[in-house]
Amino acid sequence: MRPLAAARRYIGRWGLIVALAALPVYYGIRDLVHGYQAGFVAGHPVVHHDLTQLGFNFATGLSNGAIWALIAIGYTLVYGIIELINFAHGDVFMIGSFTAVGLYTVFGLTTAGTAGIVLGLLATLVITMIVCGVLNTLIERVAYRPLRNAPKLAPLITAVGFSFILQNVGLLWRGGSPQSVPDLINQGKTVFHIFGVPIVRGYILALGVMIPLVLVLGRFINATRMGRAMRATAQDPEAARLMGINVNQTISLTFLLGGALAGAAGLVYALFETNIWYFQGFKAGLFAFTAAVMGGIGNVRGAVLGGLIIGVIQALADSRMGPQWTEAVVFGYLIMIMVLRPRGLLGEETREAG
Amino acid sequence: MSELDENNEPSTRSVTVSEGEPGPSDWSEFRAQMHEWRQSVERVLPPWWSRALAGTLIVIGIVLPFLFSADSGFLNATIIAVAYAVMSLGLNIVVGFAGLLDLGYVAFYALGAYTLGWFGSGFFFKAHLHVLVSPVASTLPGIHLNFILILIVAALICALAGALIGLPTLRLRGDYIAIVTLAFGEIIATLAVNGTSIHLGGGQTLTAGNLGISGVDSPYFPGLGLFNELNLRPWYWLIFGVLLVVLFVNLRLRDSRLGRAWVALREDEVAAVSMGIPLVRTKLMAYSIGAAFGGMAGAFFGTYFTVVNASQFQFGFSIFILGMVIIGGLGSIWGAVAGGLLLGYINYYLIPDVLNSLPSKVGLNFQLTEIEFGIYGFLLVIMMILRPQGLIPERRRRLELTGRVAATDSELVEPTAISTLGLAESE
Repeated sequence: MRPLAAARRYIGRWGLIVALAALPVYYGIRDLVHGYQAGFVAGHPVVHHDLTQLGFNFATGLSNGAIWALIAIGYTLVYGIIELINFAHGDVFMIGSFTAVGLYTVFGLTTAGTAGIVLGLLATLVITMIVCGVLNTLIERVAYRPLRNAPKLAPLITAVGFSFILQNVGLLWRGGSPQSVPDLINQGKTVFHIFGVPIVRGYILALGVMIPLVLVLGRFINATRMGRAMRATAQDPEAARLMGINVNQTISLTFLLGGALAGAAGLVYALFETNIWYFQGFKAGLFAFTAAVMGGIGNVRGAVLGGLIIGVIQALADSRMGPQWTEAVVFGYLIMIMVLRPRGLLGEETREAG
Repeated sequence: MSELDENNEPSTRSVTVSEGEPGPSDWSEFRAQMHEWRQSVERVLPPWWSRALAGTLIVIGIVLPFLFSADSGFLNATIIAVAYAVMSLGLNIVVGFAGLLDLGYVAFYALGAYTLGWFGSGFFFKAHLHVLVSPVASTLPGIHLNFILILIVAALICALAGALIGLPTLRLRGDYIAIVTLAFGEIIATLAVNGTSIHLGGGQTLTAGNLGISGVDSPYFPGLGLFNELNLRPWYWLIFGVLLVVLFVNLRLRDSRLGRAWVALREDEVAAVSMGIPLVRTKLMAYSIGAAFGGMAGAFFGTYFTVVNASQFQFGFSIFILGMVIIGGLGSIWGAVAGGLLLGYINYYLIPDVLNSLPSKVGLNFQLTEIEFGIYGFLLVIMMILRPQGLIPERRRRLELTGRVAATDSELVEPTAISTLGLAESE
């Protein structure tokens, strides 16, 4: 029995990390040993034996991951405070994308780049964040607060219900098929190279929006009065209430913050992917939730780390196995997390996921 | 400040009803009166009344198709609704009895349908195996089994898959189970779509992807007549028979040792385990049995829709089935049947045939079928907020949700006349 327990502890500590490292290490070695096809010269395939393609995957992955990270923070904040998987969160992100694209026309932003485009995009960002934050708060007010004391299944089901409602709002808004949107920032334009890996504007945009927002959020949670109220409520709602914290207001604030970040992610997604549709929120929500669980749910740093990791896994699967397998790979990792390390990479042991 | 005050009552019971619910006092009085009235009626009735009622209902069910023409749209909707009721009964075991929220139930629909596609068509074109099939099918290449055999195989495959899906969730609770099952459902759906690129050797692929496995066998039972789209009656009798079997198994399970173990686990896992309930076996049994019923209904859908197409297996379908269980009442067998029939009719009759042009009549530019999932979402939200116990609530859950915490054992035990057959939902 003793060696078994030791093995189990070992797997619990390192299993997930080994599983995560397996994918890039395997493809890195394969690139070095077998090489990969980097293009054609005079009709003949050119085979390279280096890590540039892997670096390219990482660059794509990290910028995709920045979007998942922004959404994952919303999941993790809400789960941390009321232990609810806010299923509608991915669809709030989708509404964010739609709002942002709607604001393009309101502000007259076009691909014929003008000096005002930065200002216009900043205004779009702010308005989208406000819209999604308010939307998320309203959903909490309508669908979750009346069920605060009901069995835990109940708000989860209303969350799923609201997810479908939002999806159908998106469907009626912009039709049932993916739509391409103007590539306002010319996102595919290479800015500079790192070790031969081209860094395009889209990457810089995604990380350039995510990092400041996360820093501001971290500052807000750790150093302000309201942030302290949030942490207190997350730890023990009853005690927080006794200490004079308005618990309902704090929960609303949490949904506002999560929704605002999802809105920012929505704008970044529209600019980066230049392609939106009503069903994008489903996949994004699941990926982001996987990210939140991987990092350790309830932990903001974990959500960011998880988001970036999921982004890299997604990029590797997209380019090496084909995009049709990406979801299966990511969900496979989700199940692996649940088996190997339910508390996530940075999370603490909880009652739910022991 | 007022919001703070709401929480001021001592939260001794976590299941009391929240704000916005009409005060339970007048309702509970009304319910108690109804209960008394019912009991007095039952005292007058002879002890075999529930058997007689069951027999009458079954006879009505059997003659029902003669009231409609053999190819009517309503009969079509009825057949699908009854098959949904079978699925709903299966999911009710997992979610309702055992309290394990399963968001990947579509996986069993897929596996059941593919069982039919594999063992009831020319899909494995190199094999030649025919067991008790119609004279036409027995000349075709491929594996052709009798539909009853396919039902059994589908149930077995799904039971195995259900146990496999259950394994990683054993250590988890609540929301995490929901997510893992969802992930499994999506993985199975991805496999179904991409099955064309999984080669089993000899030019044989795992699935036919979005093209679909077509040319599946219709069921063949010499006594029932021909199964085709012009004569829907035999289809109806077939699925009605399946429903009766599943219903009977459900009723017997609920009152069995296993059924009580599920409820105990659902209510308090730690207490149940310390009372000696085997956690692993009990939970896996819930997953397996629930999955088996889903697989049977899936196999039926496969042959009824005449094609097994990967694009049918969407996440929305899991929620659709979950909606049936919830609208009917979690854990309630008759609720699951009612929910399945209700949503089946809404989906295949009310929305497409009756109300579809409603938005255009009031000047809106879309059809109701486009937003059917939005409608189900809305139903779920409304149901959870206004009547979380469902249309036909399970006795135990209704007592919890209406705040009548003083449920004594005598209230929870069913009246004997009913429990002999276990026919009526305990009331």
